[in-house]
Amino acid sequence: MNSGLVMYEEEFRLIAGICDRLTRDANAKVVFLVDKNGQLIASSGQAQNLDTTSLASLTAGNVAAMGGLAKLIGEKEFPNQFHEGEKESLHMSIVGGRVVLVVIFDAKSSLGLVRLRVKKAGEELAKVFEVLAKKQATPGAASPFAEITDDDIDNLFSE
Amino acid sequence: MSFINYSSREINCKIVYYGPGLCGKTTNLQYVYAKTNPDAKGKMISLATETERTLFFDFLPLSLGEIRGFKTRFHLYTVPGQVFYDASRKLILKGVDGVVFVADSQIERMEANLESVENLRVNLGEQGYDLAKIPYVVQYNKRDLPNIATVEELHRLINPRNVPEFQAVAPTGVGVFDTLKAVAKLVLTELKKGS
Repeated sequence: MNSGLVMYEEEFRLIAGICDRLTRDANAKVVFLVDKNGQLIASSGQAQNLDTTSLASLTAGNVAAMGGLAKLIGEKEFPNQFHEGEKESLHMSIVGGRVVLVVIFDAKSSLGLVRLRVKKAGEELAKVFEVLAKKQATPGAASPFAEITDDDIDNLFSE
Repeated sequence: MSFINYSSREINCKIVYYGPGLCGKTTNLQYVYAKTNPDAKGKMISLATETERTLFFDFLPLSLGEIRGFKTRFHLYTVPGQVFYDASRKLILKGVDGVVFVADSQIERMEANLESVENLRVNLGEQGYDLAKIPYVVQYNKRDLPNIATVEELHRLINPRNVPEFQAVAPTGVGVFDTLKAVAKLVLTELKKGS
């Protein structure tokens, strides 16, 4: 079975910091980071009015579909995507092969600026995810759920 | 593939509803959505054609409550059932933690059921999963229709692994939550074992 992603406090703070900085540096409205399987990892900027769970799931679906298309034409993947709207635009970038960095921006920013800032932030994020992967692969990194009991699980469904 | 977040104390798991076209996968999700407390659910997304056939997937995020201080969240997905959407089905299985196979109980759909189970087995295999090991439950849907196979026959054909199985009438909710609870429980039990 493939092991899932585990996020620890320390790395989460680093990731949130990178996303916050990217939001400022790129003049973005919202920045969010999504696992390729559709789980939201972090968000920054004016995300409170957005349905980030749906955004995360659709981002993953979109990246997966584009990845499928890429393979059909002999590419490994499309690491960067840009979708231009009337007012708001969306930039997606695959980081470290595993997560997707999404930037939503309007006329206050530009594609060039976003691309530039995303490149730098992407490199920083990739390093954090490398550390995370190593941490997870360390022998003895027991499943945090090893201690839950059958009763705990049953209680979840008791009502 | 579960996502355990120590920072927000959350655990997220992905469940996929699989099965032949028109077997009731989307109807299962619609019933769950309709009957779940607004606090415990997010928006349901359906990427469907104009005739309401699933084109890519349906998505429904659910919160089940807490285990030892961790919020448990389940992301429910359906796949498009029609045979020619196979490329999309493969994508949706990525990172799956548990599978519900929704079978259409009508005798004339038996071949479609078998074809879909085999397709599930192959597509899971391509992602590195084994249908014989993954948390898996089977639902025999449309039990209210006249021309249906017996549960014994369905069991023999579709459920040789003898996983938990449920009879259902998805539009009225019969068996819908039992199926969901069973697969969620299997997923959490698997997580407890550690991956």
